[in-house]
Amino acid sequence: FDVMATKPCTKFSSIYFQVVIWRAVASIAWSVLLLPVTTAVFVLLSRFSLFHPIQWISVLIMLILIWKFTSRVILYALYDCLFISLFVFPLVVPSIPCSRMALLGTVLHPRQCVHSLVYCTMGMLVMWCASVTIGGRYSTLGTPCRQSESGEVVTCLNEYHLFLLLAGAFMGYSHSFLGVVQNMYYVSFQPIQQYKYPRFKGCLPMVLKCSVIQSLYSARNFAALYFFFGYVPKTWISSTLNLQIDSSLQPLDSLTGLLDFSLLYHLSISGAFLYLTWYLTVLLFRIYVTEAYSFPVQSTFTEDAEQCLPKVLAEKNTLVMKFLALQDLALLSQHSLSRRLEVFNLSQPGGHPHNWNAISGECLSLLSELTQRLVAHQDAVASNGRVKSQSASSDTRSASSSSSVLTAPFTPDVDSPFSSPAIRRLVGQQDPHSPWSGTVQSPHIMRRGPKLWSASTVSSSVAGEKGSSRFSVIPLHGLETPVNSCSCHTLNCSAQVKSFLAKRVLIMYLFNKLPEASSQALFADSQAHIWALQGLSHLVAASFSEDQFGVVQTTLPNILSCLVVLLEAVDRHFKLPHASSKPVRTLCSMGDSTYKTLRFALRAALKTAIYKITTTFGEHLNAVNISTEHRKRLQQFLEFKE
Amino acid sequence: MCSLGVFPAPVTAAQTLFERNNELLSALHPGEHSQACDLPSPQFTRDTLKGHSRPESSSRSVFLDQRDTLWMRSAGAWRDAGLYGLLDEITNSAEEVPRFLAVGSACVLALLRWASSFHGSLFPHLTLSSDEMVAEFSQMLDWSDSALRSFAWHPHTDKFAVALLDDSIKIYKSNSSPTPTLKHRCQRSVCALQWKPLCGSALAVACQSCLLIWHVDPASLSTRPSSGCAQVLSHPGHSPITSIAWSPTGSLLVSASPVDTSMMVWDVAAESAVPLQRVGGGGVTYLSWSPDGSRLLAATPSALFRVWETRMWTCERWPCLKGSCQSACWSPDGGCLLLSMQGERVIYALTFSDLTGINNTYSSPVTACQLLLILKGFSSLSALLNISVGGEVCSLSWDPRGERLAVLLKGRADNHPSVIAVFKTRSSPVFELLPCGFVMGEAGAEPRFMQFHPHFQHGALLTVCWSDGRISHVPFYFSSAGLLGGDSPQQALASNTTNPSSNKLYTEQIS
Repeated sequence: FDVMATKPCTKFSSIYFQVVIWRAVASIAWSVLLLPVTTAVFVLLSRFSLFHPIQWISVLIMLILIWKFTSRVILYALYDCLFISLFVFPLVVPSIPCSRMALLGTVLHPRQCVHSLVYCTMGMLVMWCASVTIGGRYSTLGTPCRQSESGEVVTCLNEYHLFLLLAGAFMGYSHSFLGVVQNMYYVSFQPIQQYKYPRFKGCLPMVLKCSVIQSLYSARNFAALYFFFGYVPKTWISSTLNLQIDSSLQPLDSLTGLLDFSLLYHLSISGAFLYLTWYLTVLLFRIYVTEAYSFPVQSTFTEDAEQCLPKVLAEKNTLVMKFLALQDLALLSQHSLSRRLEVFNLSQPGGHPHNWNAISGECLSLLSELTQRLVAHQDAVASNGRVKSQSASSDTRSASSSSSVLTAPFTPDVDSPFSSPAIRRLVGQQDPHSPWSGTVQSPHIMRRGPKLWSASTVSSSVAGEKGSSRFSVIPLHGLETPVNSCSCHTLNCSAQVKSFLAKRVLIMYLFNKLPEASSQALFADSQAHIWALQGLSHLVAASFSEDQFGVVQTTLPNILSCLVVLLEAVDRHFKLPHASSKPVRTLCSMGDSTYKTLRFALRAALKTAIYKITTTFGEHLNAVNISTEHRKRLQQFLEFKE
Repeated sequence: MCSLGVFPAPVTAAQTLFERNNELLSALHPGEHSQACDLPSPQFTRDTLKGHSRPESSSRSVFLDQRDTLWMRSAGAWRDAGLYGLLDEITNSAEEVPRFLAVGSACVLALLRWASSFHGSLFPHLTLSSDEMVAEFSQMLDWSDSALRSFAWHPHTDKFAVALLDDSIKIYKSNSSPTPTLKHRCQRSVCALQWKPLCGSALAVACQSCLLIWHVDPASLSTRPSSGCAQVLSHPGHSPITSIAWSPTGSLLVSASPVDTSMMVWDVAAESAVPLQRVGGGGVTYLSWSPDGSRLLAATPSALFRVWETRMWTCERWPCLKGSCQSACWSPDGGCLLLSMQGERVIYALTFSDLTGINNTYSSPVTACQLLLILKGFSSLSALLNISVGGEVCSLSWDPRGERLAVLLKGRADNHPSVIAVFKTRSSPVFELLPCGFVMGEAGAEPRFMQFHPHFQHGALLTVCWSDGRISHVPFYFSSAGLLGGDSPQQALASNTTNPSSNKLYTEQIS
């Protein structure tokens, strides 16, 4: 890191390294340090025998004394490095697929495939270690056995060992798969601040429960899978490694072979151990990344200016830093008088309120960007509903009208990926960093975006906005292909193909939009907006008594009108279908589903923010220069009618 | 130390109307008329309200008994009563199951019962049933017998919510607009109500099995909002809920149950909860958030209470001398906490030295817990009626300006009723408590619950729920002697509004 820090142009990256990388390293270090503990517990449970307690304990002590696990610790360290290197950018914004096809695309994405492969290998490695640790009949792949007819000793395939190895691979894949489906790598911030150790202690029972339940589910699924397809890897391994199959033992891919209590116990115990190590890493990573970081509001030295709050707030590339800065802003506005005074301060030569201007400007641009996004979405939905009455271009009309005939007005166009084979090949390509760049494509392409799937009439203008906005919603499959101008004939053909495909149930199933997914995708990064609202409202309320120079009151009309406009946009959004339906709560999973309710949290935070300002200023708001409509809305808040 | 004898005793036992010129005036006082304020004061009698007669599980007795197979019965027992029920069912049907199973389940059951009785001997409140527990830890005196179950003023407007015996909630406003009645399937045994601060519509309700958040649109004219307006928040093992507290900024809601050792910090809009667990004490019974939002009191059923600071959510343990913490109230600036213990006639004061903000380091604000006041002795109210008052302190309430403190003293038997004693308080330059008088109800009515109006213009307004189902308001008219120290925005606002000419917005001055 020293090398990075000494370069003059990498001031920002130095603070990024200080914060994010350092935290990632610390979380890995802790999860590696915790491994001996979990391994000891695992050994204790795997060697458990009810009738020989003395033997059990002595074996345990021996094992711990020999420190057989050192090699394993190194292995885990390697694997943890792999884990973090894949996710060195913590996902603070979840990726929300809008249809099942998009989800399929994400799962089959090459990056995800590599990830699954890595996890399969790691799962097999851990299971190999586990089977060696358990010992007994599980220890090696080949066992000496006596052939029945000739009586000579040959090496046979140990099916128990193979069973555990394959189970490890299966669990690795299912972990990787569920990580995508349940958004396990999405890091959500807690509503309250806690120190790391109490938080870890509080989460530990949940992690234990989740890993045990997940392991039981996986064990069940794997047993079923092995029952049906177990002979394939068995014959393959035995033929490639030239191992005999011991015919005297009961084969495991039969009902009686699988109903072995000790086998299933060891399978679920090692599965729980496997999941626990992974979940602990995820948990520690989350705890470390979401810990609040206190940025200086202003610095005395100009070379440190890049690390100050206003500069980090304006950060575009790394969302983590921006989120941490916004969290810090929300905290300082509520808890720290001295730092609030620094925000309200004037610059020493010149007397300009640079700090306040930068902070409030950044928050306001965030909020107005959300307003624009919501308005664009509403326009898109509205234009989809009444597209026939508009004089749109010919291809737009045909596409949308056919879809609206077939399906409800708010379902997407079912078959646009089939309009050319090129598109079909590109399903699943993901490019989060340049979502809307490139030339403006046809409405077919725009329709694939998470929210603008039917934005035929406003697509080009919105695309321009999105490209310039710093907080782009991550699209799930940015299809980009040149579509040439199509004639009437091809249009007719495509309409026929469309109606043909729309009748197929599977295709409808894959391409139908998931309900409320577009709404979730719109508010995917709303934690940032919530903090901006909290920070702004508390700073403005505090300025009533703490702001000595009146720097806040010059921007008060802007802030109020921005909040009211956003409130109107949010209110309109909640009138759309599926927007106000509550998601089903999952009881026990490591995946974080808080992103599903962020839109409700944003609405509540917005109203609270306006109330905070109106109750503090009271009748003085009449002296603020805002438009009559906004004043009317604010009057509602003054009378507590909202 | 203070004797109740120094209180100015009312000459008659008639209803107290208001305070003026440092004197509590009653209805029989010559030349005074009834209610001076236009707030609704409804009355509810037990006869008109019908509680639910029997719990749901007892409807079994209505139907004919039918023998199911063992599997069906076991599944039903598991669903209804969990592990206990399953073991009980297996033990009871010993002739149908293998012998070792029946014996084994009987042994496990005995072991479990022994363990739970041991646990119950450590924390006696765990042996209570759910309803008894709510009655024990509710702030409403004599909860199970009362027609009124809970009461809450809205923090910003003139409206209040009342929970009734029949598990409905009514909302009253100052003007004669319709009074909405809230009913919900899950709304059973309401123990506490609180309106969300900085919001016009949200009301949190602590029920027996869950937490309900009603969103009652203030502009709506409907008298029966549908149950779709309510959010149900529940967490396994976290019921019955006996206390709830919104943070003063309205962003978080904390709920507590005497059964659960962890209290839940809810992000209500996102419907997610963060459990904060501390094992000692065996549960949390009462929560109170300081008005400045920096601290939260959590009382346990044992002789222990905690004060959490709400920035990093760490807590200080305060083991009490004897008895659990019964009730508490914060001073308006959040610097002082008054506590009453169960079975004691004493009010303790806990002062916090640091007020938030000056520096970022949160040093431990440990201060002495001092004995503030011993309410000793009895005062005979009226020689003619031969009534004497005085007893255990069971509820405390401090008005938002910090000038009046109401103390609800529990009665014992006949001719010894519960009574509200009111003190005048002042916090600067030194803390002072001066007796003001007793608040009396109509003949035969005892106070059950009291709460100060959060923003009464002309002094303080105490709302009292009486044992005869009446809700009455007692205004205390006084001019503020000087505000308490501290610089919370509300107080700054108040000081601004008192002298509007000198303190204007900068934009006003420019234009």
